[in-house]
Amino acid sequence: MKQLVIETKQLSKTYEGVVPVHAVNEVDLEIENNEFTAIVGPSGSGKTTLLNMIGGLDRPTSGGVKVNGHELSGMNENELIDFRLKHIGFVFQSYNLIPVLTAKENTEFIMLLQKIDKKIRDERVEKLLHEVGLGEKMNSRPAQLSGGQQQRVAVARALASKPDFVLADEPTANLDSHSTANLLDIMARLNQEEGITFVFSTHDQRVIDRARRVITLVDGKIESDERR
Amino acid sequence: MRLIFRLAWRNLWRNKRRTAITLASVFFAVIMATLMMSVKEGVYKSMMDGMVASYMGFAQIHANGYWESKSIDDAFLFSDSLQGVLAQHPEIVGTVQRIEGFALSAAETTTKGAMVVGTDPEGERQMTQLDERVVAGDFFAPNDQAVLIGQGLADYHDLGVGDTIVLLGQGYHGTNAAGKYPVKGIIKFGSPELSKQLVMLPIEEAKRFFGTGEHITNLVLLFDYPEQSVDIAAALQSELGERYEAMAWPQLVPELVDMIEADRVEGYIFMFILYMVISFGIFGTVLMMLAERKHEFGVLVAIGMKRVKLGTVVLMETLTIALLGAFLGMLGAFPVCASLYYNPIEFAGDDETAKMFEEYGMEAVIQASIDPSIFIQQGSVVAIVAAVIAFYPLFSIMRINANKAMHS
Repeated sequence: MKQLVIETKQLSKTYEGVVPVHAVNEVDLEIENNEFTAIVGPSGSGKTTLLNMIGGLDRPTSGGVKVNGHELSGMNENELIDFRLKHIGFVFQSYNLIPVLTAKENTEFIMLLQKIDKKIRDERVEKLLHEVGLGEKMNSRPAQLSGGQQQRVAVARALASKPDFVLADEPTANLDSHSTANLLDIMARLNQEEGITFVFSTHDQRVIDRARRVITLVDGKIESDERR
Repeated sequence: MRLIFRLAWRNLWRNKRRTAITLASVFFAVIMATLMMSVKEGVYKSMMDGMVASYMGFAQIHANGYWESKSIDDAFLFSDSLQGVLAQHPEIVGTVQRIEGFALSAAETTTKGAMVVGTDPEGERQMTQLDERVVAGDFFAPNDQAVLIGQGLADYHDLGVGDTIVLLGQGYHGTNAAGKYPVKGIIKFGSPELSKQLVMLPIEEAKRFFGTGEHITNLVLLFDYPEQSVDIAAALQSELGERYEAMAWPQLVPELVDMIEADRVEGYIFMFILYMVISFGIFGTVLMMLAERKHEFGVLVAIGMKRVKLGTVVLMETLTIALLGAFLGMLGAFPVCASLYYNPIEFAGDDETAKMFEEYGMEAVIQASIDPSIFIQQGSVVAIVAAVIAFYPLFSIMRINANKAMHS
C-alpha cells in the first residue's frame, strides 16, 4: 500500500550574504514508501541542502517538511535528534563510521542508542552485515576495511534501526566502479525485498541509471521529476 | 552507560600521543605542586620544631602579665592547686618548670646579652629531647653548677667545653644575679636566634642565681596532639582564672605564625600561577581534541546520538585522564618528597643559602614533609582543575549543530 513518507511544501533555503543565495527555492515534493529516488543536478543545485532539510539537519528559511505526517519545523534540536534516531537512516559520502568501533559495533550503534534488547540487536546486526556481504568482517575496525566495505557498513548502520527511509548523500562519490555496483546492488535488493525507501543525492550516472525515480534540481528548483 | 564507557575508553587510546601529553601534564603538575607544598610545609615544620617542640612547648603557663613584661618579678609558685588543674587534663603529657631571665654574658674579651634559662634537665630530656641537641660536651645533671650554651653564643664568645662564662644581671625583686659557670655542653637549636643567646642552667642553680626561691616564671606544657594547643590553652585559662595566663604556641611566637602565614600566602599565589599554567596546558589539548573531532561529533548527532550523551563520553574521557594523571602524580610525588624527607638538604654554615636561612630565623635545612594531606590536597586540586576544564567540551557539545559540525 502506497503511503506518503516525505512531503515538502514551498520548501526554501536562502543563505544571506551580500548577494543572497537561494539554495532551495520553493520546492514541492512528495516521496512515497518503497521508492528508490535519486535527486540529481549539478554542483550547487541544492541537492545536499534539500536532503539536509528533509533529514532535519538544516532548517528551511520558509516552507515545511513532513516526514510520515510529522512536521519537522515545529521540533526543537533535541526533538529533531530523537526523530532522526527513530525515523531516518543516513549514509554519508565519506562513510563517517566511528573509528574506534568494529563493523558490528558500528552497525549496532543506533540500536544501542534506541535501547533495543541485546538479543534482537545481535540477530539484526548479523543479518544486516551478511546482507551487505560483510559477515566475515564483523570484528574489523573501519581502518581495516576498504572504502566500499566501509560504505556497506554505513548502509547496514543506516538500516539497523528500521528507519522510515534512508537518506544517502552522494554515497558512491568516493567509491570505485566495482564497489559502486556492489553497493547499488545491495541497496536495490533491500529496496525491493524489504521495501526500504531510499533517497539519494547524486550526480553519479551509475546511481541515476539504477534509480526508479529521478528528480532533477537546477538552481534550487525542480526542473524535472521522472518516474521509470 | 556501557556504550558511553566503551566509547570513552577506546577514544582514549585512539590518539595515544594526545592522551599521553595530557596525562603527563597532569602528572607532572601534581608532582611539581606537591613537591613545592611538601618542601614548604617541611620547612615550616622544621621551624616550628626548632622553636616550639624543642624549646617553647605547645603551651605555657605564666603569672598573669609575665609574657608582656618578661620580668623575673612576675614569677609564680607551681602550687598544688595549679597541679590539680593540670591533672584534670590527660591530654597534657608532660610539663617542665623554667625560670627565664636576661643577663649580660661575658667571656675573656667579649660581652653579649643572653637569655638565661633555668630548667629541669630530666624534664627537658623527656619532653624536648634537649640532650639530643648537645653537639659538644655533655648534657647537664640536676645538681650541676654548670651551663649549656647555644652554639651561636659559643661561637661569639669563642668558648668551648670547660671554658668559663660569667653572667651578670638582675634577680628577683631587684637583687643582683651574678655567677661564673663552666660550660658543660654546647647545644644547637633549630632556631638560630635561640642559638645566639641561650644560656641554660639546671633549675635549682637558676633559682639561686636569680634568687627566686621556689618561684618559677614558665611552666612549659607538651601535648600529644599539637593541633589542640589553642583549645587546651583556652580551657586552662578559663579554669586557672586571672592569676595566670595560659598561652598556646601561636600566642607565644606570633611572629613565627605570621611569617609562616605570609609565606603560605606567597606560596598560594605561586601555586595559583602554577595551576593556571597547568589549566591552560590541559585546556589547550582539550580544545585541540574538540577541533579534531568536530566533524565526528556532527555525524554522531546527525545519526541520532543525544548531545548530552555525546558530551558525557567526552567528559568521561577528559575526567579519566585528569583523575588518572592526578592519582599517578600523587604516587609519583611520594618518592621524590620521601627522599627529601629522609635525606634533607643541609647547607653549611658559611654557605650563602645558609646565611639567607639564618636571616629569616630558620635552620638551614630543607626537609620535605610527607604528610598525606599534602599529596591528597594537591592531587585533588589538580584533579578538580582538570575536571572543571573537562566540562568545557560538554558545554561545547551541548551547543553543537550537526550540519555545521559535519561541514567543519
